[in-house]
Amino acid sequence: MKLIIAGTEKQVENNITISKLIELENVETPQYVTVSVNDEFVSSESFDTQTLNDGDRIEFLYFMGGGQ
Amino acid sequence: MGLTNEQILRYSRHILLKDVGVKGQKKLLESKVLIIGAGGLGAPVAMYLAAAGIGTIGIADADVVDLSNLQRQIIHSTPDVGKPKVQSAEETIHSLNPDVKVITYKQFVNASNILDLIEDYDFIIDGTDNFPAKFLINDACVLAKKPFSHAGIIRFKGQLMTYVPGQGPCYRCVFKDPPPKEAVPTCKEAGVIGCMGGVIGSLQAMETIKYLLGIGELLTGYLLTYDAITMEFRKVKLPKHVANCKVCGDNPTITEPIDYELPACELNLNKK
Repeated sequence: MKLIIAGTEKQVENNITISKLIELENVETPQYVTVSVNDEFVSSESFDTQTLNDGDRIEFLYFMGGGQ
Repeated sequence: MGLTNEQILRYSRHILLKDVGVKGQKKLLESKVLIIGAGGLGAPVAMYLAAAGIGTIGIADADVVDLSNLQRQIIHSTPDVGKPKVQSAEETIHSLNPDVKVITYKQFVNASNILDLIEDYDFIIDGTDNFPAKFLINDACVLAKKPFSHAGIIRFKGQLMTYVPGQGPCYRCVFKDPPPKEAVPTCKEAGVIGCMGGVIGSLQAMETIKYLLGIGELLTGYLLTYDAITMEFRKVKLPKHVANCKVCGDNPTITEPIDYELPACELNLNKK
């Protein structure tokens, strides 16, 4: 199936979980990433169990602490 | 009160704009913006807002100018090393635009003073470099119903979002709680390309001016991310409302600003 990850289409295995996708995408600081699926946030407690569907739009949002 | 001839000339490129005009310029001259942190982000924000004729600019920063700041904090110059950042910033603003009234706060911003600090201002800029400060500013602005611009920069990346009370999610809706100490690197540890503050800070200034003029679409309900390496800007849509947000959700548990613990080396909120 295909997912749209940060705006780019990507083929992945069917019924992939969010945790698996985080691993596959080499997400930096995976325990502190905010994930949205189709513009809704997913609780990190559901990352291991929630599976994704064909055509889902995924965004990874990262902490950025700098500024000074 | 009308504009002086000198002001008409100074702001002529604004006045020419249909969305600004004399009326909009007068609005800017009557506006008050508070910038928390006179560093990588705060420097370009302060300079562009001063040039634009924002009538009152408050600057809060407890730190002094360090040589390592000058790679990005363009409001300070080499002779300013060792000087309080608020003083150096005030001097730069005054020479840029004497129309601007600068109010300096050489102090730590914390849970006990932030509500008093933001009270008089129309718009707040988060130009800080650490998560306790970013969450503090967010919560205080949500509680006091003040609009603000969040931004963060690190390495070759930056992000920003605009919070307007009642019009979209807050910073805490997106990021929930500050990450544990040292879990996420800071600029001091990871570095930042100097002009990233210029890119993202200029966007914060742009959001401020648009908000004050009441024009265009703001980054409310969006997180704009910028990657200088791939040269990509992405405007990521956020949920309209996050029911379980601890400060602006349906059953908020945060009802006053919180001081999160800082590592000893970061006790000065505005340091680095």
